[in-house]
Amino acid sequence: MKPARFDYLRAASLDEVLEALTRHRDEARIVAGGQSLVPMLNMRLTKPALIVDLMRIETLRSPRRENGALVIPAGVRQTLLLDRPGLADEVPLLAAALPFVGHVQTRARGTLCGSVAHADPSAEIPLCLVALEGEVHLRSAKRARRVRADDFFVGMMVTDRADDELVEAIALPVRRPGSGYAFAEMARRHGDFAIVACAAVVDGQRMRLAVGGVADRPTARDWPLLDGAALDDALNALAWDLGAGDDVHATARYRRNLVRRLGRQVLEQAAEEARRCHG
Amino acid sequence: MPRLDATRRHEVAFTLNGAPARVEVEPRTLLTDALRHVLGMTGTHVGCEHGVCGACTITIDGLPARACLTLAVAVEGSDVRTVEGLAPEPGRLGVLQAAFRRHHALQCGFCTAGILMSLDAYLRHRPHATQGELTEVIGGHLCRCTGYAPIIAAAVEAAALLRGEPTEETPSDA
Repeated sequence: MKPARFDYLRAASLDEVLEALTRHRDEARIVAGGQSLVPMLNMRLTKPALIVDLMRIETLRSPRRENGALVIPAGVRQTLLLDRPGLADEVPLLAAALPFVGHVQTRARGTLCGSVAHADPSAEIPLCLVALEGEVHLRSAKRARRVRADDFFVGMMVTDRADDELVEAIALPVRRPGSGYAFAEMARRHGDFAIVACAAVVDGQRMRLAVGGVADRPTARDWPLLDGAALDDALNALAWDLGAGDDVHATARYRRNLVRRLGRQVLEQAAEEARRCHG
Repeated sequence: MPRLDATRRHEVAFTLNGAPARVEVEPRTLLTDALRHVLGMTGTHVGCEHGVCGACTITIDGLPARACLTLAVAVEGSDVRTVEGLAPEPGRLGVLQAAFRRHHALQCGFCTAGILMSLDAYLRHRPHATQGELTEVIGGHLCRCTGYAPIIAAAVEAAALLRGEPTEETPSDA
């Protein structure tokens, strides 16, 4: 339970990070808050030759508003955002989901981009990014590109990031007038990995439900405004489509049931909020 | 900054419980091991070593952190506090520690140091924390002896004492 040996670079600038990634590619791993990477190091699930620490780069430490989105750079810890005044008005879904990310003790260190780069299928921050149709800002020494959340998450802990790219920031669209947002999850203990997590966005025309913890990545569906039996059918179809499996935490059947129940709960809650915003 | 070589030891300087501290460690050395094996500060316990059990919780720059998920080289220049820094003087317990004693909030004591550090950090930021909030903070720790109820009772009472409010039982040994 101790990491294998690695070199350590406390990067002073973004350029230094990108240069290290260009040179060492998949031999290098980025550490920010360390709450996902260090457990992997301790269990020797990953044995990088070089760890690049980006937490001393001041330009990556502050969230900013840009083109109707809250842009959260790689050095922003979860606690910092949770304490951001007005987050519940700005990005209500994130404000609802962040208290479920790990524990007080891990949120004080862990970053949002770190969770996104790690891409655990049951993690809440990737789920919010998919539900809100956010973007991931990737940068290498050669180019910068923006990838839609739906395209970024490829599979279990697999993303579209190339070996020489850094997850420089994530961009979460801010609250749209007339839209409602809701989040719910089921875990054995608050702060544990969710067995199933659901996030909903509802406006006057459509409803979007994103589900985490079931498929190998957070997965979203868009529907016109449904209710009653039509909504039951849509949720049931989604529950089966996600291909739930049995494991030590829960059976596939229980997971499908959670998708139906929590899915309906968050969609109804978000629809109610959307109506209130209109009225 | 130059790259730190994996096979060598490197000097890391930080503040530990208010005093300057220095360790020489490999880049892979966890802060738990630097504290315990290099500095001899064994109050910080090592449980699961992957951030789940909470036994190694300390504070870094005033916020709680799992020492087992922190590389020692990463705390260069930081303000680190461990359970050894909680008592006001040798032989006297801090308010939180005394409340734990009164409420039998520990049995084997393995998890206690981490829980004390989490609660200490939380109450400094939120002196008016509710029982629900404190329960959630304690939720970041595993305790296999107490069933948690006495820990929650001790935390609630310590919070009231720290706010200067009278409590139901007058503490005799605080």
